[in-house]
Amino acid sequence: MTPETFSLIWPEVILAGATLILLVFGAFRGRGGVLFNGLAVLTLAAAAVAAIVGPHGRGFAGGLVVDQLAVFAKVAIYAASAVSIVLGDRWLARKGESKFEFPVLVLLAALGMGMMVSAGDLISLYIGVELHSLALYVLAAFRRDDAKGSEAGLKYFVLGALSSGLLLYGASLIYGFAGSTHFDAIAASVQDHAGVGVLFGLVFVICGLAFKVSAAPFHMWTPDVYEGAPTPIVGFFAAAPKLAAMVLLARLLQEGFADAVAQWRQVILVVALASVAVGAFAGLVQNNLKRLWAYSSIANIGYALIGLAAGGEAGIQAMLMFMVLYMIDVTGFFACLTALQRDGRPMETIDDMAGLFRERPGLALAMTAFSLSALGLPPFSGFFAKFYVFKAALDAGLAWAAVAALVGSVVAAFYYLRLIKVMWFDAAPSATDKPAFDAQAIAIGGALFSFPVAVVALVWLDPVSRAAAAVFGG
Amino acid sequence: MVSVRGDWTMTGILSLTTFLPMAGVAAILLLKVLGQSGERADNAARWIALVTTLATFALSVLLVVRFDPSNPGFQFVEEIPWFAGLSYRMGVDGISVLFVLLTAFLLPICIIASWKSVEKRVLEYMVAFLVLEVLVIGVFCALDLILFYLFFEAGLVPMFLIIGIWGGKNRVYAAFKFFLYTLLGSVLMLAAILTMIGVAGTSSIPELMTHKFAGWLQPWLWIAFFASFAVKMPMWPVHTWLPDAHVEAPTAGSVILAGILLKMGGYGFMRFSIPMFPHASDMFAPLVFALSAVAIVYTSLVAFRQTDIKKLIAYSSVAHMGFVTMGIFSGNAAGEQGAIFQMLSHGVISGALFLCVGVVYDRMHTREIAFYGGLVNRMPWYAATFMLFTMGNVGLPGTSGFVGEILTMTGVYQASTWTAFVSATGVILSAMYALTLYRRVVFGEMTNPALAQITDLDRREVLIFAPLVISTLYLGFQPDVVFNITGASVDALVGAWRAALAG
Repeated sequence: MTPETFSLIWPEVILAGATLILLVFGAFRGRGGVLFNGLAVLTLAAAAVAAIVGPHGRGFAGGLVVDQLAVFAKVAIYAASAVSIVLGDRWLARKGESKFEFPVLVLLAALGMGMMVSAGDLISLYIGVELHSLALYVLAAFRRDDAKGSEAGLKYFVLGALSSGLLLYGASLIYGFAGSTHFDAIAASVQDHAGVGVLFGLVFVICGLAFKVSAAPFHMWTPDVYEGAPTPIVGFFAAAPKLAAMVLLARLLQEGFADAVAQWRQVILVVALASVAVGAFAGLVQNNLKRLWAYSSIANIGYALIGLAAGGEAGIQAMLMFMVLYMIDVTGFFACLTALQRDGRPMETIDDMAGLFRERPGLALAMTAFSLSALGLPPFSGFFAKFYVFKAALDAGLAWAAVAALVGSVVAAFYYLRLIKVMWFDAAPSATDKPAFDAQAIAIGGALFSFPVAVVALVWLDPVSRAAAAVFGG
Repeated sequence: MVSVRGDWTMTGILSLTTFLPMAGVAAILLLKVLGQSGERADNAARWIALVTTLATFALSVLLVVRFDPSNPGFQFVEEIPWFAGLSYRMGVDGISVLFVLLTAFLLPICIIASWKSVEKRVLEYMVAFLVLEVLVIGVFCALDLILFYLFFEAGLVPMFLIIGIWGGKNRVYAAFKFFLYTLLGSVLMLAAILTMIGVAGTSSIPELMTHKFAGWLQPWLWIAFFASFAVKMPMWPVHTWLPDAHVEAPTAGSVILAGILLKMGGYGFMRFSIPMFPHASDMFAPLVFALSAVAIVYTSLVAFRQTDIKKLIAYSSVAHMGFVTMGIFSGNAAGEQGAIFQMLSHGVISGALFLCVGVVYDRMHTREIAFYGGLVNRMPWYAATFMLFTMGNVGLPGTSGFVGEILTMTGVYQASTWTAFVSATGVILSAMYALTLYRRVVFGEMTNPALAQITDLDRREVLIFAPLVISTLYLGFQPDVVFNITGASVDALVGAWRAALAG
């Protein structure tokens, strides 16, 4: 390992080293706390800085790629992880269950996600996926005494293991038929003709990753896990891991299978439109907000996948913009749910939100903003996210898919409106508890980003994401 | 008149006019954040809203005064680059500037009209109206497709809340129907907008107006825009959301809906469909004529059968919008001028009619026609006001309603004689339902004992109606003030359409 190679993985080194130190520190100390979390957040900040200032290139015999795309995704992932540490630990502390393992597990997940977005071959792809998945399984069941939480963790683990199996099987097929695990070598082998075997393998890999991003028809776990897992943790794994998996998928398809675009595009489109349809229609009958947002996230992943299917620089930029803007919405929404309690019980159903605007105008406004943003209504950030996706789709000649997805969003509009209706029109049954400061601050901050900050921030995000997407352009 | 070009005192006037109401929103939110509530805060919110809307109106008057009518292009243009090739681009021409004025004119009236009738959640109500004003003025000023869509679509939310929170019994159903109906229309337009940006490589409306879209593409884009504007307008057969929304909306909500929001559809046709897709507009003109003629006759008949005053006026709005759509697609200056005039006039008259309903509704809390009768005995001033606007609705010469109808019919006569013939029957039908309504509500013996103590217009209501009465009569006798401003732009629009069809 040359020093040049080593310099590529500074973010990973920082994260892995600090995680181990914190683990030992925590084990001796026996508890977490503000200082501990502060160190974890600092670690993420240091890793993000290292990623930004660090050199670009390929290392470990091509297994690891550091480019503009990887850096973009890493910074977003680390930021989301840092927010989750604050949100999740404060929430656990209020439940009297603050444990030092929580920030450690989030750091491990962040490490795994960072590896996913930098993966240059099938081996590092799999290691990244497994590392972050294992951390997430534990996080889902973090409240051991909670029956629903344990159930969620177990479900997530069993189905996740199945998807990892699919992924691994597909990877072995690709390796067998293409003769290499490296994306560029795979690309060379499918350049003239993509054989049935390698495409078979690709479909399995897509299935495995579709599970990770909860795209239909591999979405079954999502509502159950979202409902059972602790609310702030749901906010975490509804956001960053999906970005990581989407970037990974983009890299695999654009680098490894660039010449088989005709073959994988139809697969991605089917998955995308199925997700939009499932998310829109199944969401209509949900009453639990966490389940509702599970379906909302399924639908939204469908839009991101349309960007991916469009491909090219515009399509990948659309996917990145969509995922980043969506991450902020979903994190903010779950921060709202984290903040809201009535008589010590979490408010999780739509009916619980009755009259929220009179009770907690700030949080109700924030939830309204997130809902409208997830629906894609201007002037909220979600509209611009969809703007990128549909523009890329139309430019790629996928007008029919764009129109179908737009019509799907009208169906989904109904359930977002139902939530808004309940919050604004109905009367509150009783007073809500005073919301926690941290969760409320994160929620309001996210809502302010959604509108109006995003309107200005896009001027800066647009060229950054275009530069990130440009790694596939040349 | 002094040329405005290069006049630095008018720099940013459009942004200022558009976003000034946000200052009122900020002030009211400050009240809320400071924890103010109760009667004093409500009154403060009312005054803040009134002052802000009046200031906006003053600015819009300044805008019209400084507007150069001889210049057919866009004036007061502002441009700031945004992202992804988009721009924050604002500007008005002869077609749009009067709609800005109309919006700013009706808003203070709405605020005064809601002074007493809205008692719950006054702060939120005023915020909703001010935000709506920003978005509507933005629609008429935007010169970038995406910016236009942003204002156009975002307006759904405040209107959804206005209907849903302050509406009548069935308000939730009406609010959802309004939102989903219009959203479905607009997403198709969004697809068309993105296609246009992709094909032409620009989102600037003035540039797109000169871009020649391919012949095969134009009908598709036209249909997508039509889906949105026809719902907004609304045209038969996609008008069914309107009566529901009107009946459930509070009085001021109805005024905004009929007075301004419907005009966004007609404005859209003139701003986008005709200049950008001239061939498709020509191709589909017979369809528009047919739908307009059906709308005029059918909805007039439907209006005649209504038992609810508001519903009757809502259906009559659909009929009047039929004149607008056929005028727009007639392809000659008379038709276009008439369409713009009809929209402005209808904005004033239908707004006034909904306010007339509001007057008796505030007193009796019912809109059943059968409940009323003989109001003239107790409310002479009200009867006179209602009479004037009923006549305006019918299109009596001397009121603004006449000018728009006669011009659109003149225009469409040159394009399609049959349409003119059928729509002319609509004038008779409108007299039938409007006069019947008036007779049953105002004339006759006062048989209902509940009405025995009803009072005539109070000072606040006189204040509301006075500007509306004046503008109805003024526009009726002096329609030239409108045509002077719209003339150059309309000639340019018609000229460009003819040139595109010829070339």
